[in-house]
Amino acid sequence: MASQREIKRRIRSIKNTAQITKAMQMVAASRMRRAQQQVTDTRAYAQHIRGIVADISRRSGADDHPLLTKRDGGRVEIVVLTPDRGLAGSLVVNMNREAVRLAERVGGDIRVVAVGRKGRDFALRMRWKLVAEFTNVGDHPEASVVGPVAQQILDDFENDAVDSVYLVYSEFVSTLRQTPRAVQLLPVVAPEQAEEDVPQLGGPWNYEPDDPQAVLSALLPRYIEFTMYQALLETKASEHSSRMVAMSNATDNANELASDLTLLANKARQAEITKEIAEISGAAEALRTG
Amino acid sequence: MAPIRLEVVTPERLVLEEDADIVVARGADGDIGILHGHEPLITPLATGELMYRAGGEERHLAISGGFLEVRPDKIVVLADLAERSEEIDRDRAEQARQRAEAALTENRGTQLEAEAAASLQKALLRLRVAQQRRRHERPGPRTEA
Repeated sequence: MASQREIKRRIRSIKNTAQITKAMQMVAASRMRRAQQQVTDTRAYAQHIRGIVADISRRSGADDHPLLTKRDGGRVEIVVLTPDRGLAGSLVVNMNREAVRLAERVGGDIRVVAVGRKGRDFALRMRWKLVAEFTNVGDHPEASVVGPVAQQILDDFENDAVDSVYLVYSEFVSTLRQTPRAVQLLPVVAPEQAEEDVPQLGGPWNYEPDDPQAVLSALLPRYIEFTMYQALLETKASEHSSRMVAMSNATDNANELASDLTLLANKARQAEITKEIAEISGAAEALRTG
Repeated sequence: MAPIRLEVVTPERLVLEEDADIVVARGADGDIGILHGHEPLITPLATGELMYRAGGEERHLAISGGFLEVRPDKIVVLADLAERSEEIDRDRAEQARQRAEAALTENRGTQLEAEAAASLQKALLRLRVAQQRRRHERPGPRTEA
């Protein structure tokens, strides 16, 4: 049995760790609430811009817009939205696995635009070609942070450097569930919208200027930027909730370990006392008989 | 005249949801005024001021880029950025204008000139809209209900 002092030192160290993980849990919880709110706040815009893109991409003269046109060729750009920091449970691992699955599915020549340090590190480990990286986007990003990322992929696509662009992010399902997702950004796949939804949204609309191409040229870059912004917020909410759960588990484990060790320490102390009593009474007995 | 519902949304938030008698926005081809019963329309917006009248009062927003979606009883402004006049901090807007002017002088003749000019335009717009705040206290001409 380990000595009492040794056990006590371990208990102290574990309790310190538990305090730290508890603090991290609280911080993550408050960030998660704010991030969730941010996700909710994008819904109004999401509904309208999807409705417009769905409506206009169905119209004649829209299907040959360059950003909607499918290209042959296997040059693929993948935008990976990941956290900057670790200690978020299995989130990063799951996202990286999704990126690998996507890369295997689309095949071809892969290049990566990394948003977040974890994705960048993984792309380097996989020896994927890293064309751009954006780190330190913060815990509660504004819409303007995705501007440069969107510009990068639009430039690459328009300059015919790549044939398609995908996005890997984490969908925030609930505090306990985050699902990694891979979606196609370019060429733009118009969102599905049932015909019966259209009258409810007020469509079909007249467009001014009455030229689908011109409207699309203004609309699609915004749509891509917004899709990316929403995905970034989802990823942030996932990150904070995943970290909160991981840290809560760590705190529980540490407390459990500390209580096991306390039991062990008490046993060791008891054994020590028993031994001392035995020695004293043994010595007393020896004195009396001797 | 029946009121028309005005909704202003940006990627980040719902900025405004209110009933208005008339809405005037800066479209790509000039100002466009919308009343209840306007035909369904979608048009890009320029950087500019959005004015609406509600309860005899004129209110103003600074809008930079986006789309206007019109339904018979509802107007949705999908703006890249939108600020109500009372939200704009005039001192900060003034500082932004000075910065933008400095950037424009510095980058004249370079590739960055257009960008600097755009941010100056935005700063001037925000200042102008912030000035409109004073007019709120003075009720405008009432429209017949």
